[in-house]
Amino acid sequence: MNFERTWALIERDMRKFFRSPALMMSTMIFPLVQLIVLGYAFGGKIKGAKIAFVDQDRSVESRQIREMFDGIAAGPATFRIVDYDSAPHAIDDLRAGFVRGVVEVPRDFSRRFYQHDRPRIAFSEDNTDQVMASSLLQSLQDMVTAINTAPVQPRLDDQVELNVVEVYPYIEYAKYLLAGSTAMAIFIVAMIGGGITFIDDKSRGLHEGYLLTPIKKTELVMGMIGAGAVKGLMAGMAIVLIGGMIVGIPGLWNPVRLLYLCLVVLIASVAMISLMFLAMVRVSDPLVPRAVFGVLNMLLFFPSGAISPIEGFPKWLRWMSVVDPFTYTVHALRNLTIKNTGIEGIYSDVLLLSGFSVVMIVSCIALFKRQL
Amino acid sequence: MVRMDVTNKESPLMNAIEVDHLVKKFGDLTAVNDISFTVAEREIFGLLGPNGAGKTTLIRMMTTLTPPTSGTARIDGHDIRTDANGVRHALGVIPQAFTSDPELTAKENMLIHAKLYGVPSETRISLINQLLESVDLMKFRDALVGTFSGGMRRRLEIARGLVHAPKILFLDEPTTGLDPVSRANVWEMIRNLRDKSGLTILLTTHYMDEADKLCDRIAIVDHGKLAALDTPARLKDSVPGTDAVEAEFDHAPDNWHEQLKGLAEAEAVTQHDNVTHIASSNGSSTVAALMDLARARGVTVRKVSVQSTTLDDVFLHYTGRELRDAAGGSMTYDVSRFYR
Ligand SMILES: Nc1ncnc2c1ncn2[C@@H]1O[C@H](COP(=O)(O)OP(=O)(O)O)[C@@H](O)[C@H]1O
Ligand SMILES: [Mg+2]
Repeated sequence: MNFERTWALIERDMRKFFRSPALMMSTMIFPLVQLIVLGYAFGGKIKGAKIAFVDQDRSVESRQIREMFDGIAAGPATFRIVDYDSAPHAIDDLRAGFVRGVVEVPRDFSRRFYQHDRPRIAFSEDNTDQVMASSLLQSLQDMVTAINTAPVQPRLDDQVELNVVEVYPYIEYAKYLLAGSTAMAIFIVAMIGGGITFIDDKSRGLHEGYLLTPIKKTELVMGMIGAGAVKGLMAGMAIVLIGGMIVGIPGLWNPVRLLYLCLVVLIASVAMISLMFLAMVRVSDPLVPRAVFGVLNMLLFFPSGAISPIEGFPKWLRWMSVVDPFTYTVHALRNLTIKNTGIEGIYSDVLLLSGFSVVMIVSCIALFKRQL
Repeated sequence: MVRMDVTNKESPLMNAIEVDHLVKKFGDLTAVNDISFTVAEREIFGLLGPNGAGKTTLIRMMTTLTPPTSGTARIDGHDIRTDANGVRHALGVIPQAFTSDPELTAKENMLIHAKLYGVPSETRISLINQLLESVDLMKFRDALVGTFSGGMRRRLEIARGLVHAPKILFLDEPTTGLDPVSRANVWEMIRNLRDKSGLTILLTTHYMDEADKLCDRIAIVDHGKLAALDTPARLKDSVPGTDAVEAEFDHAPDNWHEQLKGLAEAEAVTQHDNVTHIASSNGSSTVAALMDLARARGVTVRKVSVQSTTLDDVFLHYTGRELRDAAGGSMTYDVSRFYR
């Protein structure tokens, strides 16, 4: 193994990378736009959802209910109340999407209230939108609980309460997404460098030029993976730092934390680029990497837990996340970015990604054809 | 087949290239069909054949890019099957398709290859400058190769092929697609390499004139087979055929045509407009006799030319078809549209 030859190939890629700003930009723009748009569009607290209120009872009690709704509308502002006279009309508007839910206080509400005969409030929800529906239901449930406990409190000591301890301050979704967007930048570098330009260089005859020299296939494969890894490190760190500043990660520039970030981004880059090379090692048609770009992205990015927790996946998708190097990348990066853990939060991911890379690289070398 | 040393008669020479029954099959297609020949040191050897004849496949086997189906070759004594690295160090190769990187400068392209060949770092830069100077690209040293013309790029690749000081240079269709001036430049460069640096050169071409003017010996390849191998002159001599002498005269006497028919080696005389055509089995002796006769009869020879046997005739004779008709397809996939 002659490192000078490997280094010559890495140097070549570096020159080309820095010489084409368009390529550099395209590796950065997509993850940043994703971070900003997806990060702030998604997972924010619901505010100002329109709720139809139909008071059939018109009693003191029903007005109290109405006041509590107004309280929420004024406070957390989860919803806005619109009064409706008839329930069917309100339901029509719910179906048409003009309101997100209908609260109906039935005619017998106050009678049942006084007779202790389980007074009821009806809530009809638009459950086509699960995020909205579960958010509204949550606030209504809280309110009903409040109604039940507030005035009477009959057996307070018997009631079990769930004490929720929030370990970290409230994390905005954009901060949560930062790890995924960084992994995405690494993926794009791997796809462009390891997939597209690798095959293009092959079909443009550039590889024939290298194969004529005494370079060994190990040196060649290591050179190409090394070049991809350095580019992945640069793009990944750029996204972590720029994205981290945009979404406001505190203490981002701590040198130890930066070191850990570099370590994770580097090893993730090696894993990703070597996976890509293995996928492309026998491909010669330049259209192939272009065609599989989107599919690979989907297969690697979404099962990784980059945008939503793996625990919410069906079983088969969980299996995909287990074999997906993205999963460990996202896990380690999330620990570093939003939990600010030390080495204990990343070492298992780093070890796994290293093992994965070794398997990929050895397979690449075995399958790489030194001849045309 | 007879091998002869055309150049350098002083010292006994070893063979730089020995091709030994090389065969390459792609499925049912036999691209190279049992080809053997030897090339002496300091020889310029040409493989002449149409597209699809198997020239590139033959070169790829000799340069270790493709494993042969059977047979072998020795390059500077290194067997292509057992000593690929020895072959790679001994050879400079300029493949048919451009292999320089358009997104790098001329110097950077040279540097990468110098490093891949293990040229010591102390000598790299001066060597590269010297080579770029010799192909007249010094002032484009730091220009991106993507901006080069075909001729410049070919010259750069020739320089790059020499960066590890090989003893033998392979050029696959070095002038295909170049304009006439660039072609002449490349020819000049190839001759210089042999004369000044003592390289052995093997090139392929489908141009008759190129093979004729440049090569000491020519192997005619068609359908993967070696059809003929000799010096251009002997190949032409081996074809039974006629030279055409064309001349224009002033003050020709009435029986002039009758007199011309009596010239040495002349076979037939015809007239088109003002031009007289004389078919001859030896153009040069016919012309010599013609000039003597004209002087004796007081006839002014306004113009005379000899069209001798061409390699086209040779090719037709040995393969049964004309070279220009034997066109084939090219196999490269064009991705240039993805780049600028
Ligand atoms: N990799 C390959 N697979 C299949 N057929 C090939 C391959 N390379 C060349 N050929 C075929 O072999 C024949 C000789 O091609 P080639 O050596 O390129 O000819 P030349 O260089 O003389 O034009 C052609 O018919 C070509 O189609
Ligand atoms: Mg060819």
